[in-house]
Amino acid sequence: MKNMQGSPKRSNGYCLGIESSADDFGVGIATFNGEILANNSDSYIPEEGGIHPREAARHHSDVADKVVKEALIAAGLKPGELSVISFSQGPGLGPSLRTGATVARALASYLQIPLVGVNHSVAHIEIGELETGAEDPVTLYVSGGNTMVTAFEAGRYRVFGETLDIALGNCLDVFARKAGLKNRKDLPLGAAVERLAAKGKNLVSLPYVVKGMDLSLSGLLTSATVWLQKDCALEDLCYSLQEHAFSMVTEVTERALAHTEKTEVLLTGGVAANKRLQSMLEVISKEHDAAFNVVPLEFATDNGAMIAWTGVLAYTHGLSTPLDESFVKLRWRVDKVDVPWKQ
Amino acid sequence: METVTQKSLFKKGAEASLYLAQWHGLKVIVKVRIPKIYRPEALDKQIRTFRTVHEPQLMHEAKAAGVPTPLIFMVNVPEASITMLYIEGQQIKQLLNVASAIRRRELCVTIGELIAKLHKQGLIHGDLTTSNMILSPQGKIYFVDFGLGEKNSEVEAQGVDLHLLKRALQSTHYTFWEQCFKNVLSGYSNTLGVEAAEKVYEKIREIERRGRYVEERKH
Repeated sequence: MKNMQGSPKRSNGYCLGIESSADDFGVGIATFNGEILANNSDSYIPEEGGIHPREAARHHSDVADKVVKEALIAAGLKPGELSVISFSQGPGLGPSLRTGATVARALASYLQIPLVGVNHSVAHIEIGELETGAEDPVTLYVSGGNTMVTAFEAGRYRVFGETLDIALGNCLDVFARKAGLKNRKDLPLGAAVERLAAKGKNLVSLPYVVKGMDLSLSGLLTSATVWLQKDCALEDLCYSLQEHAFSMVTEVTERALAHTEKTEVLLTGGVAANKRLQSMLEVISKEHDAAFNVVPLEFATDNGAMIAWTGVLAYTHGLSTPLDESFVKLRWRVDKVDVPWKQ
Repeated sequence: METVTQKSLFKKGAEASLYLAQWHGLKVIVKVRIPKIYRPEALDKQIRTFRTVHEPQLMHEAKAAGVPTPLIFMVNVPEASITMLYIEGQQIKQLLNVASAIRRRELCVTIGELIAKLHKQGLIHGDLTTSNMILSPQGKIYFVDFGLGEKNSEVEAQGVDLHLLKRALQSTHYTFWEQCFKNVLSGYSNTLGVEAAEKVYEKIREIERRGRYVEERKH
């Protein structure tokens, strides 16, 4: 975080970014020089179960004007001082994405400034690089919706490994709900699992499925869920689930690192907050003489700042999104996006 | 028997270290699966032992199926090491990038035929990448690194095997991967038969639809 408080230095431009791909509605403001002036958000927390897309979208439209206002106040900017509006154009949940896109279109049209659609996954990588100083890392991006190992090659972030079925965060969340844990604002499900896992000691043998550089987590989830019915301490199960799942993503990250021979590792996305996962990746980074970087907590989960900053990168490299091309892309893969700001 | 001499580190991979050595006058590779301290000891031991035991078995069966693999001389389970013949030659990964389009086509068709031979015998390689294939000076393509392989005759496993190769081609040979994969498939169906191959292709499409954010998923 380079400058969160105080009046912004005169910059040659400001980008307001809107993130709304899943349960978080986030608004961030970045200067063209890479300072984050604001990073505000409001999260939809379901009464029970996972994210209901329509409920999430309703939440986002309810809080949109409040969060935009908060971000402008935090940055000390008037709307007229903004130079560009960016938004998360995909991948993600349709109704959620559409709400953010609608707000972005309205702002850009009203202020008569350019609009930039940003790839959500690219944004997670870019904010990680901005905040840690990593330049050309092998990135492990793990969240509720994504699990992938990427690295930049020839104009794009290439996917070296990914999940063949469910995402890592999803695996942990579903298990936590089946174990009866509740999602709380001050303690997300993943953090609850982490806390229990820290007290676990006995390793239960669960499926460990690595296929090439890809992996599969659905069998692991099913098996861990079955264990819930058996006589086994929840702490031990959380521990075993984490150890198996994290070992799998660490193994494929290490493979990508050996394969690409890059000298940096970056951990980003919501699950990056997990200390146990951080420690595993730190070990493989050391072993391959690579610098280990982890995105700071406030930029780990979905956030507006990452969309604002990626909007700056895209806009200052000549990219913008005309209104009639600003439809959301639910399944927009990271390796379909040109990244002209990297060499 | 156990007289391996002049060990020198040849390549440090993610999973194993490869040492170049002499064994009774032969040039050999000693592949050692080093303990991974990031995972719990019990899990680590289980993974390394499993792969060390399975890899030579699969390599042996692959050879019987007509797919060249290095000769195995020794397996040391407690050390998780395998001693095998060193294969002179070039990695397909490097070769594809410099080969002419015609040569590339030949190589990819042959690779497809070899994969079909494995699948016909119920063998899954598990990590089909162009780094795991070596062209010998005699013109034979050797498959190595069966550590993630398994014995499995299901179409699902065969589909994943080919899907992984496709993904490896995409990330490593992004400028011409499509043509390569097409040629691999044509070699594959030559050997496996069109009907059986078509079942595997349908499975690949299904596997891809299962993945997140694949455009054709809902069509």
